[in-house]
Amino acid sequence: MNEHRNTADRKTWRDYLTVMPPSILISAIWIVFIVAVAVLADVIAPYDYKHMDLLDRLRPPIWMENGVWSHLFGTDDLGRDVLSRIIFSIRISLFVALLGTFIGAVLGTTLGFAAAHFRGRVDDLIMILIDFQAALPFLILALAVLAFFENSFLLFVLVMGIYGWERYARIVRGLALSASSTGYAVAVRVLGASPARVYLRHILPNVASAIIVNMTLNFPETILVETSLSFLGLGIQPPLTSLGNMVGFGRDYLLTAWWIVVLPSIVIFITSLAFSLLGDWLRDVLDPTLRGN
Amino acid sequence: MNPVVIAIKILRALITVVLLVTFVFVILRLSGDPAVQMLGLEVSQEALDEFRHRWGLDRPIWEQFLSFFWNILHGDFGQSFIGGRDALAVVLERLPKTLQLMGLTTIFTFGLGIPAGIYASLHRNTFADRTIMGLTVASFSLPNFVVGIILIMVLGVTFRLLPTSGSETALHYIMPVITMATADAAIFARFSRSAMLEVLHAPFMRTARAKGLMWGAAVRRHALPNASIPIVTVGGIYVGRQIAAATITENVFAWPGIGKLLVNSVQLRDLAVVQCIVILVGVTMVITNLLVDLAYGWLDPRTRTGDSK
Repeated sequence: MNEHRNTADRKTWRDYLTVMPPSILISAIWIVFIVAVAVLADVIAPYDYKHMDLLDRLRPPIWMENGVWSHLFGTDDLGRDVLSRIIFSIRISLFVALLGTFIGAVLGTTLGFAAAHFRGRVDDLIMILIDFQAALPFLILALAVLAFFENSFLLFVLVMGIYGWERYARIVRGLALSASSTGYAVAVRVLGASPARVYLRHILPNVASAIIVNMTLNFPETILVETSLSFLGLGIQPPLTSLGNMVGFGRDYLLTAWWIVVLPSIVIFITSLAFSLLGDWLRDVLDPTLRGN
Repeated sequence: MNPVVIAIKILRALITVVLLVTFVFVILRLSGDPAVQMLGLEVSQEALDEFRHRWGLDRPIWEQFLSFFWNILHGDFGQSFIGGRDALAVVLERLPKTLQLMGLTTIFTFGLGIPAGIYASLHRNTFADRTIMGLTVASFSLPNFVVGIILIMVLGVTFRLLPTSGSETALHYIMPVITMATADAAIFARFSRSAMLEVLHAPFMRTARAKGLMWGAAVRRHALPNASIPIVTVGGIYVGRQIAAATITENVFAWPGIGKLLVNSVQLRDLAVVQCIVILVGVTMVITNLLVDLAYGWLDPRTRTGDSK
């Protein structure tokens, strides 16, 4: 029966493209664009993001009076090229969000499998940890950790990795519990497969779509948390730059140089919007049972 | 709900609180010598010794944990190193400002979000529905700080209509409340729309219509009460989001509440204040989640018997 379903229902990427509504298509194009910008940052950025030119401070973007072609998006309070800083900020923000989402997915999935496999005490312990996570808004947890420890890039990425782990754990635990009693899991177990093999080779592919959907929904949220913490000055530390960082430092220049704040804000907004739209759509396409959650 | 189930829920809530205090204790101990962490390097040896003795740092680790727990139970969170005042007192004096902000935001969030969601559900797939849903996606993709900064730029700097920082007059409340309400009103609109759509097509609605009830009356008497149940379940998440939103918003508008205090304390590493806020937030969340859990059981009779898991 399973095989029959696979041949009849398996959709190719072309099928997905044809059913994509225009808003999703635009979102997908934006995401491809923004990822390309992040990857090619060194090649396309006209300046180094740390390069200062104190003689050319607060220059407005090209479409305003006094704008110059050499600084399309103008310069900031230290004469750094805003376009180049946005390009490198996109790289760092996406990198942190990607790494954070990945760590969260691996951590949550592992704990979800562990809870489903060992049941009993281990399950109780993991459920208590999930309760604990629900009891502390992530931003507060992150602020607490960053207060007690010296902030470093590595620590910050690890903290971002904690974000959302409990959702993966909860989903994976539920799915694994029901999957491990189905025919295929019992069959491979009886054949003598190790638990690791049962979970990684047989159950994981069956819960993968739920994990992927959760990752696409988690990703924009991670971007928002990272940019918020960086905005507060407690995330990415200078000389590194993030989109939130730019908004945070630029807010002192709202009166004289709005572009330092507005341009990165627009990038954050469009990127997070694109991922939310795509995530919602993917959820509806891949996993109709999760709809409305 | 049966008393055993309630007792288990309360027990789980208590375990979560213990875990919360343990978490704070562990990160405090992992981050270095707590005496130096809490008091800073510029204090005298006597002060360090006094602190170590008072917090039991010269005793075995499990005894230290118990005395840490004991002190917190008695409201002793240590001293803020700004003026050496009691950390709890420093936090509590900021509490009213934050609560005012959250209260007003909640009125706006519910007052805008829920009716918009209900309206959209009753006019499904119309232009109004699509507009409302489009707006909601856009507004929860806007991070708080961006909304706040754009408001400051337009209403504060360009048109000079509203004050941009502080909390002295009624006008000071407008921008922070809009900032905090934007994303959550959108979430409630979407959530109440999907909750309504689920019950509008439930069999009991057909029954209500079949027995001759007008559509409007059926919606009021049968659909709305049933749709309100799932909305209650997001209460816990909502409070958590409000706390996070307040933390950011207060910093955008220099609002003298707990969120601003928290960020300042993190920057200054005023750890007594940070641990006090973390524990207070955690306990608030545990109580909220417990109440939501109990309210859910009370509202939805199907979950009243047996294990709700």
